[in-house]
Amino acid sequence: MTASLFGKSIKRREDPALIQGKARYTDDLKLPGMLHAAMVRTPYAHARIKSVDTEAARKMKGVAAVYTASDIETSGIPGVVPVGWLLPGLKTPPHRLLASDKVRYGGDAVAVVVAEDPYLARDAAEQVWVDCEMLPAVTEPAQALAQDAPQLHQEAQGNIAFDWELGDSQAVDDAFNKATRRVDLKLRNNRLVAFAVEPRAALADYDASREKLTLYMTSQNPHVHRLLLSTASLGLPEHKIRVIAPEVGGGFGSKIPHYPEEALAAWCSMQLERPVKWTATRSESFLTDTQGRDHHTTAQAALDDQGRLLGLRVKTYANLGAYLSTFSTAVPTYMHGPLLCGAYAVPAVHCNVIGVFTNTVPVDAYRGAGRPEATLLIERVMDLAAQECGLDPAEVRRRNFIPPESFPYATPLNLEYDSGNYQGALDRVLEMADYRDLRQQQERRRQDGKLLGVGLSTYVEACGLAPSSVVGSLGAQAGQWESGEVRVHPSGSVSVYTGSSPHGQGHETSFAQIVSDRLGVDISQVEVVHSDTDQVPFGWGTYGSRSAAVGGSALAASTGKIIEKGRKIAAHLMEAAVQDVEFRDGNFMVRGSPDSAQPLAAIAGAAHMAHNLPEGLEPGLRATTFYDPENFTFPFGAHLAVVEIDPDTGEVKVVRYLAVDDVGQVINPLIVDGQLHGGIAQGIGQALYENAVYDQGGQLLSASLLDYALPRSHHLPSFELDRTVTPCPHNPLGVKGVGEAGTIASSAAVANAVIDGLKPYDIRHLDTPFTPEKVWKAIHGGE
Amino acid sequence: MNIEVEVNGVRYVRQVDPRQLLVHFLRTELDLTGTRVGCETSLCGACTVLMDGLTVKSCTQLAVQADGCKITTIEGLGHDGRLHPLQEAFWEEHGLQCGYCTPGMILAALGLLKEQPDADAAEIRRGLKGNVCRCTGYHNIVRAVQRAANLMAQAPQPQQEREQADDS
Repeated sequence: MTASLFGKSIKRREDPALIQGKARYTDDLKLPGMLHAAMVRTPYAHARIKSVDTEAARKMKGVAAVYTASDIETSGIPGVVPVGWLLPGLKTPPHRLLASDKVRYGGDAVAVVVAEDPYLARDAAEQVWVDCEMLPAVTEPAQALAQDAPQLHQEAQGNIAFDWELGDSQAVDDAFNKATRRVDLKLRNNRLVAFAVEPRAALADYDASREKLTLYMTSQNPHVHRLLLSTASLGLPEHKIRVIAPEVGGGFGSKIPHYPEEALAAWCSMQLERPVKWTATRSESFLTDTQGRDHHTTAQAALDDQGRLLGLRVKTYANLGAYLSTFSTAVPTYMHGPLLCGAYAVPAVHCNVIGVFTNTVPVDAYRGAGRPEATLLIERVMDLAAQECGLDPAEVRRRNFIPPESFPYATPLNLEYDSGNYQGALDRVLEMADYRDLRQQQERRRQDGKLLGVGLSTYVEACGLAPSSVVGSLGAQAGQWESGEVRVHPSGSVSVYTGSSPHGQGHETSFAQIVSDRLGVDISQVEVVHSDTDQVPFGWGTYGSRSAAVGGSALAASTGKIIEKGRKIAAHLMEAAVQDVEFRDGNFMVRGSPDSAQPLAAIAGAAHMAHNLPEGLEPGLRATTFYDPENFTFPFGAHLAVVEIDPDTGEVKVVRYLAVDDVGQVINPLIVDGQLHGGIAQGIGQALYENAVYDQGGQLLSASLLDYALPRSHHLPSFELDRTVTPCPHNPLGVKGVGEAGTIASSAAVANAVIDGLKPYDIRHLDTPFTPEKVWKAIHGGE
Repeated sequence: MNIEVEVNGVRYVRQVDPRQLLVHFLRTELDLTGTRVGCETSLCGACTVLMDGLTVKSCTQLAVQADGCKITTIEGLGHDGRLHPLQEAFWEEHGLQCGYCTPGMILAALGLLKEQPDADAAEIRRGLKGNVCRCTGYHNIVRAVQRAANLMAQAPQPQQEREQADDS
């Protein structure tokens, strides 16, 4: 028998290739006869295109082709990248592969150059002359909604894409009528750049003789990309497209959307019948990768004298950028609104979100996608409620938590939280931090003129958007199930095919742990195959912390089917009744008769030889599951940040960061902790450093790492983690998901800590990021 | 222009375009794709290599500047089929997730440990601030470098010889 590795911290099998530089990312691939594409972008954020002169570029030696929007139109392909989630009344102006009439943000491409060498392609791109009439730009929702604002799309008057609401407005009015106290908050959730360290890239290889396109690309969801390439961009049948995501260097949401450039590389390869590679420069990544957050929110909370929340009203203007990116419409609505109750029993909530077009890079999912926005808001509201009622922030949370005995808990925003013990997580983090002592330290430091801040974030989040019928009814043009296939080979080794598509999460290891555990097969005998549409059954990919809960559950279900079939074969061979055969530790045996044990390998051999199978049973031993969860999963936890603020410089330093997370059952603690570390760092980045800033003309000012500050090693402390385990009650593994938890929690914990630290200055609220300049001004006054 | 470089102990003579970046030379001419491009502005460190024993960001060096130099890339670490202690430690401590920044991070850590073999956590954090990792929050990278420092203090001879060669 094999000892189960489920729940064990085993080293990742992905790593030997990665640490030796042997892993191959898209840009590492070379094909014979490969050409290189470079995009021509105008320097304007909003301009009418008068003409595009490609002649000089075309004549350059080594240039294979230069294409503009009219070439694409002439070719007769659909030529757009579509939005993947429809809302009532949504305006859907077309987003073409190349801009034809206007450019609408600083990264909009107007032409593509294909040449023998990447340096040459860029030289030639500089020789394409674009004659433009500059138009005034809008970068902020408030400007875009003004009466005389420049209009981006004729299909969306007033620059409004949608006006969406959720919850019971009358009930919230009633709550305010009953309330004895209230809290008002105006908050901007800063715009972020995803910054996967690997820039986006595509290598397209069209084989005209077979009319088949192979596209290697930086993708979190290869089947989604294949579907959209087929139906919206290229018009090539889906079975004639193979999308492969080789090694992918991080995504954080930015490699979910379907973008023009990957489709253009494919189309160029089809035109030229040669492989074509496009790799974004970092500048292009800043200018074209979808960005995150950018919510402009006002909220009012109704409270009673005891600090209990009676109602919450939220109005958000979501800056969508220039076009509707694939899931841009879902992120500020269904990924945000329903989570506004947080971990609290708020009886009445109403949320209104208005999606606004501006001349900025399109906004889409970024780690957490809507849930960090909801969490920052509700966690700031809790701290303000504590202040309003003269309570400690931990106490006000305790008074409002949904109690552990009320699960499953139906929220007023149509979610059913599956399981939780919010107070348990908070108690644990307060104990780890020695909270009382921290508060005393803070007092002593204040007396010495030093600023120490302590901030809490007791979050709940929703992972694994589901079930498909519900997301479909809400407008998703996608299902949210996942595929998992298990094939037991005649010799007993196992290949696993998952529709999840990892890009750093370690699925090859953790999914092998699941299957090895369930089938009792040594983990070395289990291979995990992913990210290739010609090998793996259709699946929806990796995002939204869904892989373990949905993709992992699909595999668990498939192993169940394998065991069921194996029992039938074993019973037949053992001349026993099927109900008398059990599967234990990798062996089939007649109950109570260990001598009869037959290992899975023997049954797999018998299944494939098919010399002696029960009547009517097909040969072979494989099973596929398309697992559609019955509900989201709801991880939760309590984070606590301790910050020091230098009143002379305004600099904020996170000196301690503690987190107690509950992500349900844990498959591999090493990997789970790693996900939390990275997530926490990204949330701290949002709170302290990161900010995408545009000037009035729509130029992205923070368009390089000189101006866009990422958290670096010396900015961060080591993290102090612990966990509680409240299994998910509705999936076979009991797992909840961990990819985004850290980010969802940590911006709010740091924000609350900084504002707590600034208490001596009577500062009620500041928006993230807390740059030294902003903090210094808050302390010392002045603009 | 003709250049002569020694990369991972192998001498190469190649004709290069004067404007070709060292990182592109390594990746396209020598097919050493473990050295990666992340930002092209020397700010992310994904392209870090050792040049005559010193860490350089190969995205802002020209190939011609490497003429006559000895370069170590990620492919040159490890010896006789054994991983370098830094590689081993990154694996052991889960010091990587997507792996894209990892070769540069390991080379930067190697450069750091040459200067400060007993660097503490704070010194490691300061020493690696030129390398961006978006996945790990650096927590396990710091642990990995500390573990590697311990391993290297007891490193077998061949590894040290290799590094001394880089210093020459």
